[in-house]
Amino acid sequence: MTTAILAALLLLTVIGFTLGKNRSIALAGGNWKKLHSLPSYYGAYVALWCGLPALILFGLWIALEPRILETIIVRDLPVAMIESGQAQLGLIFNDIRNIAVYGVGDRTIDPAVVAAVDHYKSLKTISFAALAVAVLALATLGLGWSQRRVVPDMRARNRVERIVMVLLIACSTLSVLTTVGIVMSLFFESLRFFHAVPFWDFLFGLQWSPQTAMRADQVGSSGAFGAVPLFAGTLLITIIAMAVAVPVGLLVAVYMSDYASRRGRAFIKPVLEILAGIPTVVYGFFAALTMAPFIREVGEAVGLSVASESALAAGLVMGIMIVPFVSSLSDDVMNAVPQSLRDGSAALGATKNETIRQVVIPAALPGIAGGVLLAVSRAIGETMIVVMAAGLSANLTANPLQAVTTVTVQIATLLVGDQEFDSPKTLAAFALGLVLFFVTLSLNLVALHVVRKYRERYD
Amino acid sequence: MTEITAPAMPVRRPDLSQARLKRRYAAERRFRIYGIVAVLVAVGMLGALLVTIVGKGYSAFYRTDIRLAVTLDPAVIDPAGTKDPDAIMQADYTKLLRDGLRQLFPDVTSREDKRDLNSLISSGADTQIRKMVQADPSLIGQTVTVSVPIGPDFDMLAKGFISRDLPESARRVSDKQIGWYDQLRQQDRVEHGFNWSFFTAGDSREPELAGVAGSVVGTLLTMLVTLSLAFPLAVATAVYLEEFAPKNRWTDLIEVNINNLAAVPSIVFGLLGLAVYIGFFGLPRSAPLVGGMVLSLMTLPIIIIATRAALKAVPPSIREGAYGIGASPLQVVTHHVVPLAMPGILTGTIIGMAHALGETAPLLMIGMVAFIVGVPHGVTDAATVLPVQIYLWADSPERGFVEKTSAAIMVLLVFLVLMNGVAVYLRRRFERRW
Repeated sequence: MTTAILAALLLLTVIGFTLGKNRSIALAGGNWKKLHSLPSYYGAYVALWCGLPALILFGLWIALEPRILETIIVRDLPVAMIESGQAQLGLIFNDIRNIAVYGVGDRTIDPAVVAAVDHYKSLKTISFAALAVAVLALATLGLGWSQRRVVPDMRARNRVERIVMVLLIACSTLSVLTTVGIVMSLFFESLRFFHAVPFWDFLFGLQWSPQTAMRADQVGSSGAFGAVPLFAGTLLITIIAMAVAVPVGLLVAVYMSDYASRRGRAFIKPVLEILAGIPTVVYGFFAALTMAPFIREVGEAVGLSVASESALAAGLVMGIMIVPFVSSLSDDVMNAVPQSLRDGSAALGATKNETIRQVVIPAALPGIAGGVLLAVSRAIGETMIVVMAAGLSANLTANPLQAVTTVTVQIATLLVGDQEFDSPKTLAAFALGLVLFFVTLSLNLVALHVVRKYRERYD
Repeated sequence: MTEITAPAMPVRRPDLSQARLKRRYAAERRFRIYGIVAVLVAVGMLGALLVTIVGKGYSAFYRTDIRLAVTLDPAVIDPAGTKDPDAIMQADYTKLLRDGLRQLFPDVTSREDKRDLNSLISSGADTQIRKMVQADPSLIGQTVTVSVPIGPDFDMLAKGFISRDLPESARRVSDKQIGWYDQLRQQDRVEHGFNWSFFTAGDSREPELAGVAGSVVGTLLTMLVTLSLAFPLAVATAVYLEEFAPKNRWTDLIEVNINNLAAVPSIVFGLLGLAVYIGFFGLPRSAPLVGGMVLSLMTLPIIIIATRAALKAVPPSIREGAYGIGASPLQVVTHHVVPLAMPGILTGTIIGMAHALGETAPLLMIGMVAFIVGVPHGVTDAATVLPVQIYLWADSPERGFVEKTSAAIMVLLVFLVLMNGVAVYLRRRFERRW
């Protein structure tokens, strides 16, 4: 339905382009010097005036329509329903919308809801008709108005270019808006969470058991939101992952930059790129199905008790996933160390590995540290491997053979499935997301700063 | 006259440098070996990963069927003889199949044995017969020979995943059932064929019937939304920042922002999508539209960074040449710089899309983990995507889903390899020295 409006709008825009172009050609009367710009710019000018305001109106309408409809529908519901609370109202409205779209199915519904559904449907029809009329009228208006302004003296190119420039700026602002959106959405939902659970209890509590009781008499659902076990689990897995990734990654980078033949390098580099390109869900499957049983068998062979989902399995596989990040970043910074330093060291009689250990790596250390920090932030933010291989139980343990859980896993499990949006259980995910965002953001900022500052030294 | 003292005869000492040199060379060799070991670890892990996936998944590409003679009894399908499509649709085809099977084993009589025997046929086999009859109602009353999928446990048995050596209590099929299966095999009624339904069917609770068609279409729709949002926005942003933006605090802020966005954990984008798109704007859950919007935010920084690098690589002489013949700044960029940078831009775009293709976590947030059987028809239909399908199957307890998961991973990896191949080709093809 809305596609039809967009198609009509597109058609009008094309018509506008042709009209504008033809008009400018006609006005020039064969003498091109009379025109300020090329004819297509006059066309583009008309097309922009025709399409752009209408498109903006369309976007605003689509974005705001659900809100407005909700207010109208909810206002007209019976008083008993309105008094049932904000959350309940949201559910009722959702139900109304679903019935209107998908039909009733085979259940009996409240007559008040039936009335509301009819009301909703009629409002929706009115809204659609109004939208179509408004958008197309605005487009035609823009077309007519700008069409009449096409005269040979008009600086069409400059005007079109100014509009395009505004559009470019708007696009580049989007990244800032995204960040603002992330922070705002996380922040407001977290605020609601902190109304229910005190901030300090969340940050320093030792008990994580987010199942909240639906009824008062329910057992086993304490609803404790102490996030320390999650932080500890995240830290444990990150440490294991880095213990794999940093030595392997660094050695690979050293080998690639100083030892490998051209052919060896041409083989290793793409292999690492493949490792970096494999989706994390695949690593998760590998960790859960191959690595975890393998570790358990090995552990049992030497007489250790290993949980079927262990931090070690997830950490090891995550380490392998991160190797390419460490190796490619370290490779970059080590290649940036000037050859003269290496030559100087060799001239003093140092062997290759002495040169690397005593000259290249110290010189590249800040850059390597930056790369490692980036890898750490990646390990902290990784979800799928730990969801699939590290378990869900929030153990506060330093034993890598036990199951632990991480911040990202809890965010995922708290929000999967249908829940209402205002229980502390779902809101806790946003609070965790906020923590995750700020931790990784500060790590990235430090890392980027270090890498950038270091790079400038040899340039 | 100064007295010249004769130089003292050097005392010959044992040559320690030889030993030290030896140690140093040994260290050098060791270091080199560490490097090789590290490379081998990385390569070996990749190898182990691929071998595991292929080893576990190749068997999903064929399927075990049993050939049965089924009597399409009019009394069951269409007792009134009306040939009414509704009646044909609702008839009990499972009964017909079971009767067909029972005929082969006339000595099976007890209730329990019958139930065990029925598990030889997949519970979705009736759909096949139904479709056949719906397509050609004249078949009613005839006896036709059909190949229907075998039950999940027997599929695993046929593929060798259920060991006959285990004690009876430790496996999912009894000795009696294995006997029936072997009997069918002797009668040459068991067939192995290429599993087309893996590519044409949607998801299913039955591992032998589940396919990736729904998630592949869902993936394509999601990628379409992602591409159509991310590509224009990213190129516009990069062009502005690289070619027009003044160097001030605002553009600095934008730059830092983009670099940071590239490193924000993907699950946070899922939270954003959930709170803003679904919570605030009320867009439908589980839809490719929302999935694509979330993924495009993730892809944006990747494409922007690649595009800026590509624009930077276009030499200033091109720009100056264009200015020289009177082009405006925007004309210089749109007519000359962007076309020349296009291969680089496309390479970056493909890499960004490959990244988005493999992403799972943010899609879990916006509800794309629902169990969806059908193939989506539009961007607002409920859908799932390949990585999420893999996640869902990996979580399923049935043994048969292990091979399906691995096979779906292979499909995903083939897509990724193809995309990266195109990116590498573009890079090679249009690599140019100025």
